[in-house]
Order: sequence, then structure tokens, then C-alpha cells
Amino acid sequence: MSTEAAVKLTRKDFVSDQDVRWCPGCGDYAILAQVQKIFPEFGIPKEKAVFISGIGCSSRFPYYMNTYGFHTIHGRAPAIATGLKISRPDLHIWLVTGDGDGLSIGGNHLIHALRRNVELKIMLFNNRIYGLTKGQYSPTSELGKVAKSTPMGSVDHPLNPISLAMGAEATFIARSIDTEAKHQQETLRRAAAHKGGAFIEILQNCNVYNDGAWEYLKAKDSKADTQLLLEHDKPMVFGKNKDRGIRLNGLTPEVVTIGNGVSTSDLLVHDEHDQTLAYLLGRMTPPNFPTPVGVLFSTQRPTIESLMNKQVQDAMEKSGPGNIETLLRRGDVWSVE
Amino acid sequence: MATNPAGGPLQKSTQERESVVIRFAGDSGDGMQLTGTRFTSESVLAGNDVGTLPDFPAEIRAPTGTLYGVSAFQINFSNKNVYTPGDDLDALVCMNPAALKTNIADLKQNGILIVDPAEFSTANLRKAEYEASPLEDNSLDKYQVYKVEVTKMTTLALKDTGLPNRSVMRSRNFFALGVVSWLFNRPIEPTLEWIQQRFGKTPVVAEANTLAIKGGYNLGENTDMFASSYEIKPAEIDPGTYRNITGNSATALGFVIAAQKAGLPLFLGSYPITPASDVLHELAEYKNYNVYTFQAEDEIAGVGAALGAAFGGALAITTTSGPGMNLKGETMGLAATVELPMVITNIQRAGPSTGMPTKPEQTDLLQAIYGRHGESPLPVIAASTPADCFHTAFEAARIAMKYMTPVILLTDGFLANASEPWLLPSVDDLPSIPVEFRTDPQGFFPYLRDEETLARPWVKPGTPGLEHRIGGIEKDYLTGNISYAPANHEQMVRVRHKKVAKITQEIPPTQVKGPEQGKLLVLGWGSTYGAIAAAVEAAQAQGHAVAHAHLRYLNPLPADLGDVLSRYEKVLVPEMNMGQLLKLIRAEYLIDAIGLNKIQGRPFKVSEVATRIARMLED
Repeated sequence: MSTEAAVKLTRKDFVSDQDVRWCPGCGDYAILAQVQKIFPEFGIPKEKAVFISGIGCSSRFPYYMNTYGFHTIHGRAPAIATGLKISRPDLHIWLVTGDGDGLSIGGNHLIHALRRNVELKIMLFNNRIYGLTKGQYSPTSELGKVAKSTPMGSVDHPLNPISLAMGAEATFIARSIDTEAKHQQETLRRAAAHKGGAFIEILQNCNVYNDGAWEYLKAKDSKADTQLLLEHDKPMVFGKNKDRGIRLNGLTPEVVTIGNGVSTSDLLVHDEHDQTLAYLLGRMTPPNFPTPVGVLFSTQRPTIESLMNKQVQDAMEKSGPGNIETLLRRGDVWSVE
Repeated sequence: MATNPAGGPLQKSTQERESVVIRFAGDSGDGMQLTGTRFTSESVLAGNDVGTLPDFPAEIRAPTGTLYGVSAFQINFSNKNVYTPGDDLDALVCMNPAALKTNIADLKQNGILIVDPAEFSTANLRKAEYEASPLEDNSLDKYQVYKVEVTKMTTLALKDTGLPNRSVMRSRNFFALGVVSWLFNRPIEPTLEWIQQRFGKTPVVAEANTLAIKGGYNLGENTDMFASSYEIKPAEIDPGTYRNITGNSATALGFVIAAQKAGLPLFLGSYPITPASDVLHELAEYKNYNVYTFQAEDEIAGVGAALGAAFGGALAITTTSGPGMNLKGETMGLAATVELPMVITNIQRAGPSTGMPTKPEQTDLLQAIYGRHGESPLPVIAASTPADCFHTAFEAARIAMKYMTPVILLTDGFLANASEPWLLPSVDDLPSIPVEFRTDPQGFFPYLRDEETLARPWVKPGTPGLEHRIGGIEKDYLTGNISYAPANHEQMVRVRHKKVAKITQEIPPTQVKGPEQGKLLVLGWGSTYGAIAAAVEAAQAQGHAVAHAHLRYLNPLPADLGDVLSRYEKVLVPEMNMGQLLKLIRAEYLIDAIGLNKIQGRPFKVSEVATRIARMLED
């Protein structure tokens, strides 16, 4: 983290002069609005912020932030951002990707950025479809997805972004929803405050090619039953009447109704530092479970940029800053007169 | 001059030779690379010019004694200028039958062959696919065969060290080095000193190797095995300080010093690949020079991380070989359109695909110039000798930063591993690399260009007031904002071309060695330099009007090249490919240049180029 003095900025400072060109009704608008709204709270001078993206609808994001920005290549944003962060640890780098960009073509770079704990705040907009290429199924599309390239339904099993991030040894893993403004803000605040790489899956609606993909999570009358709002140190309770919860049966979580001998004290208590619990939460998917949202996991580990910069500093302290003449004369040297 | 470590007088006759080509060959566990580099050091200290070439198997630890496990190291040392590691061998040292089988064809008639009879056991002969021992039939009659009991004598010399047999066997190469050092009047003192430095921490090993090399030396000195020794007088060498350097080491140093000259950190993003990995290894040692080495998850991430570091204001480089270039292609396209400086180094190897990873080729020239999507011109420059890798890497970095463009640097597996004495440059004589980051918001546009170079400004994120976005989508000519305007795209394509073309102003006049006009110009690029230079010099010595020009800049080509080519009746282009520069030359200058092509994963022999030159002069 840099030590620059906190500056007072407003939402407007982070709005660029470019017209936003997402389809009307796209969930990306809501996410952009939240980011622009809360960014001034971080006290980061805008020249110290960099937004980096790959390719896809979500990856247009940097153009709309009045910070430094780099709209790169499909899937490769984590690699490019890693090089930038290692050489410029003073910058605050946010990465915007999607389910195609981050999990399909760029899956390799994403997992390595996470395991290295590069301090990148990675927002993965998951709409379970390819939007920019006009409607093919994505790696998070449900099995049997009928899309342009799969008229008889997709035949490949979807992957689970949270489980992937766990497997990749991420140090911060969270999930939020595009339309849940408050929750999203809080989740992004937590990600920003995390000292290390952060992975935030944001469930986002593509109203053109996959409208309603997350409707079961968002619908006003049912969302209390389909979302499990995680809070650290709090029992896992959900439901309209706060009468349902998650209990551990052996090694398997199960949904229970509170009452009839089941009390809140029987429920799992969320501990975001518990890796095993995070694995279990990641595997909790509909229809048998509510979808966990919030911070699923966070832990502390040195970032790659801090370790690499320390090695360079240690080498300089040990051997002194390099001298070109010494370097040229390494090894067997002889003179001819 | 050599002195006799045993203290006895040298009483044998000495024959003088102008130059000698020797090869040490043995099993990959026999320490042939070390033996070769030690013999090289002894030779440069004896005042000779040298050229060397290691030849090691692709297998990491091939089964002992097999044909594919043979490792070799060749040295050409002379009292004249040395341009190559040499063609045919004057002397060959074979530590086992497999080494003999795979190397004997290169030994000249009546050449010196040193073998260790103890190694010619039935089992070893079988592994080397010999039906009968070549030491016992007449198959080696045309050579001077010296059966030196390396194994037995080493065992004898080391009997008091108490080392187990297995360890004793590891000193065999030093015994052989001792014998050959005596035979060619090389001083062994530098190696004795080196042994102390290298093995000082394990005195018993230092002692064993010392005993072995002295034992070998004394064998030559005190027995009647060799009738005479050979002397190769010192060469006339330009005064100065030298070190022996391989192409990969020189490449690494070129980048470090370019970064130092520019006052920037050096960032290497790379993925291990033969024969490029040694540049990564070497740069990883230079952290105190503000060098960051990032071993990425793949080739794409290697170049991607480098591009990110370039965006952040570092001197960014990536290193790879042929197949890796394909993977990096998309990122090179992005780098070309966002116009950030970086150097992409392709240490070419025999392809396509895995091909022959440890063998050199020049088959990626057209890929370097044209092998990307869209119109994405990039400067391409190539090194011609191991030491030239330093200057070319430095130049690539300088051009990249001056013109705000990725630059492709081509070397190859031959240059990478071959070595030659390098006259160390004076740091003050190297060009300065002024780098100016834009900080002034007044009148700033991301794509506002410098008039002389057409470079856009380099702005470090973190600079207040200059926040801007770049990306792969076509940009407005001035503001850099997204633009799909048809005329703007054409203007951008043309300006990107023009910027690269402007680099001709950096290229010095083409140096022609030989007559300014005449019958034949031999035009080369890259590692063919040595073979062409030697062959052309030989033809000139015979009075022929033959000249040699060697290109460092392949894109853009030197402004005067067309004029140079027009002054000769014929143009010959030797290449280790199917004729890639040839195609460029014919297309660009509409001349009927002729190719000489060798695609064997081996450098040209001088004789191969010389033969072709002779034929073209006759026609």
C-alpha cells in the first residue's frame, strides 16, 4: 500500500468524458455507478488508480473511469496487471473481467494472479453468457443452455468461480449482485481494504442475451429465501422470517428450519478466515441451497510484489547498487596490450 | 608459455600451427562442457583468438554411453582472426565409443584422435552400436590415433586421495584436459587456480582435479606417447580488456546496461524455453541492478507482464524462442497499437513446433517482420556474433524507448551458446539513452507525436493530470479516444508504418568488407556472419572481387542497401532457412539475388559458403 496522503474527491472526479455504450438496461451500469460512488471513499488520488480489463462487455469499464486505464486483450488482463503491479506497487489496480474473459480464455492467468496474491482487485462480472460476441454460452452457463452456438443445448458442465478461486489459493473471495447496491458497495469496500489480491464475483444481468439469469436471486418476494447473506461471526440464517439456517451434518451442510428443537446455536457460524468453511460455502448452489453472498473467505499472505521488491532491495543492500563496470568485468577477464 | 608443473625440462620437438580446431566429446556426464570452457580460457590466455561451440544433447540425463547422450564442445583457436568455431576437426578427444561414433566423421584425414581404450568395453561398444571395436579393426587408419589410458591413469593419479571410484571417474575430464593442454602448449596454471576457486570448499575434489590435470600434462611431457607438441602463436588482437562471452550472456548484459543507461528498472517477463532460458537465469542474478525477473505462467503472460511493466515506466523485455513467438503474437499487436516500448527477443531454434530445440535456425525472420494480425509493423534487428548480442540488445532497447515501439531482437541457438572473446566496451562510449516521461498536462494528448520520431509521449500512471485510457481498439489520431472513423484508421495505420520506417535514420551506412563494387556481394544477417566473413576473406585473398555486407537492421532495411546491392553483378544470400531474407531483398529491390540455404540445425561451415562463392565466380 502506498502512503500518499488521503485526498478528498467526489464521484464526479472518477467519471470520464466518454459516453457509456453498454446496452440500455445492462447490469454493468449499476456496477459502474457503485464503483464511481464509493471510489472517493478510498482516499486514492485518481492518478494512482488504474483500471485494467480484457475483452468483453465488462471490459469497456476502464474507458468510463477517469483514472489511468488499459483495455487489453481477451483474457490477458491479469498478466498485464501483474507486470504493472510488480514494477509499480504504488498503484491501486482494479481489474474488470467477465465469465468468458476471466474463466474461459483467461482462466490460466486468473488462477496464477490469485495464487501469487498480486494486489489486484478483480471484479468478475458473471452473466453466464457471451454478450459482445452476441450470445454464445459461457463457462458458467448452466448445462443444456440453448444459445446461438448450442441450438440443442450446451453439453459441458459449468464451472464454479468461487471454487476455482479457492483452488487457486486466493486470499480474498467475495460474491455480490449487480442490483444490490448497498451490498455491492460494502463488498467492494472490503475488497479495497484487503491487503492482497481480491476476487469478487458480481452476478450481473445481460438483458439482451441472457435476461433473468439471476432472477431467482433478485426477485423481491423470494430473494430472502434464495440468498444467504454472510456476515462474519454470525450464524447462517436466511429466509423471509429468518427462520431457516445452515447446519453441518457430519461434513455436509444442510438447510434446516429453526424451531422444533433446532435453535440458532445449532447453526454454522460464518468465519471468513476458515478455509474449509469457504470450500463448503462455495459448493452451496441452488436448488438445494441458498446462494452465499458477501465475503466468503479472507486471509493474509504476502503479495508477490512485496516479495519481489524485497528481493531487489535486499540484493541492492547486500551487493550495493549495481555498477556497470563491475558487471562487464564479471568472470574471466584478461587484457591485451 | 606453458611451464611444466612437474619441474622437468621440455625436451620434445614443437611444431607450429596457424590454427587448430579441436572437439572434446564424451557422455553428458563426462564434463565435456566444463573441459571445453577451461581449454578456451587457457587458449585466450595463451593469446589466441578463439571461437567456441558447445553441442549438448536435448536429453537432460540420457542413459550413460548412448549415442544420444553424447555431449561435445568445439574450440577453434588461432594466431589469426577467428570467425567461427571451425569446420573440420584437427583434433578430436573421445571419452567413449558413442562419442567416437557420433563425431569421427568431422575429423580431418590424418587428424589427431585421442581415445580412452578402457571405455571400449563390449557393453559400451554395444551401446554405441559398434559390432566390433573400431580400435581393433582398420577403420581408424587414416587418423593419428592416440590410445590414452585416461581411466587407468586417473585412477592411478588419485589413488592416495581415498576417493571412491565413482568420484575418481569424475576427474577423468581433467586428466584429458591435461593431456591436450600439453599437446597444444596451453598453460594449465589458470585452470589450477580456477579449480581452487571452484572446488575450494571441498578440498578433496580440488585435490583430485589438480592431480588429474597435472597427471595428464605429465603424461604428455614425460612419456613417448606424443612425438611432438604443437604451438599456436598469439594472434594480433586489438588492445583492451576482454572476456569470453556467450550470446545469451551478452544479451542479458545488453539489456541490463541499457536499463542502467536509461535510469530505469529492467523488467523481464519470461517463460522457460530452450535455448532462451539462460537469459532468464542470468538476469535473475542481477537484482541489485534494479532488475525484476518474472517467471510467468506461460509465454503469453510473459510478454503480457512485460507490457504491463512498460505501461508502468520500466524497460520491459521478454525472451523466448520460435513457438513462444507465436503465443506472444497477439500481445505484440496490442503493444504495437498502444505504442509502448519493449523488446521481444527470439532466440531462434529449428522448427516448426518442437522441431530440434537445441539446434539453431534462422527460420523466424519473416515471422518477426510479418507474423502478426493486422498491419502491425515492428522494427526487427538481429545479432551476428555472440558478443554482438550485447550491442544489438542494447540497440533494440534504445530504439524501443526512443520510438515508443516494441522491437524484435533475433538471435539463435548457435549465438546463444557459442562464445568468443569480447573486447569490453567503455561504458562512456555507449550511446546515452535519454528517457523523458511526460508530466506536463498543458496541451497533453496521449497520441500527440514527436516530429522527429513520431513517438507518442510515455506517461507513467501516477502522474497527476494526465489520466488517460489506452487499449487495443483503434484510437483517434490525437486524443487516443476510441474511433471507428474510416479515414482515421487509415491515418493511424499509415503513421504506425511511418514511425517504424523513420528508424532508418538510426541506421549507419552499410559497411561493406571488400571492394565497393565487383563481381559478387555476399549478403547475410544473424549468426551466419562468421562463416561468410571467413569465406569472403579467403576468396579475397585469392584476388576475387567479392564483398561481404551483414545486416543488423532487418526492418526497416538500411536506406542505402538498394544502392549497395546495385554495385555488384551478383548477390548471394546464405541463410539457415529456405530463403527468407532472399525473399525480402528480391521483393524490395527487384534484384535476382541467389540463396544458399542450409536447414540442418547446424551453422554453415566456412567451406560450404566458400564453395558456393567459387561456383558463382566461375559462372
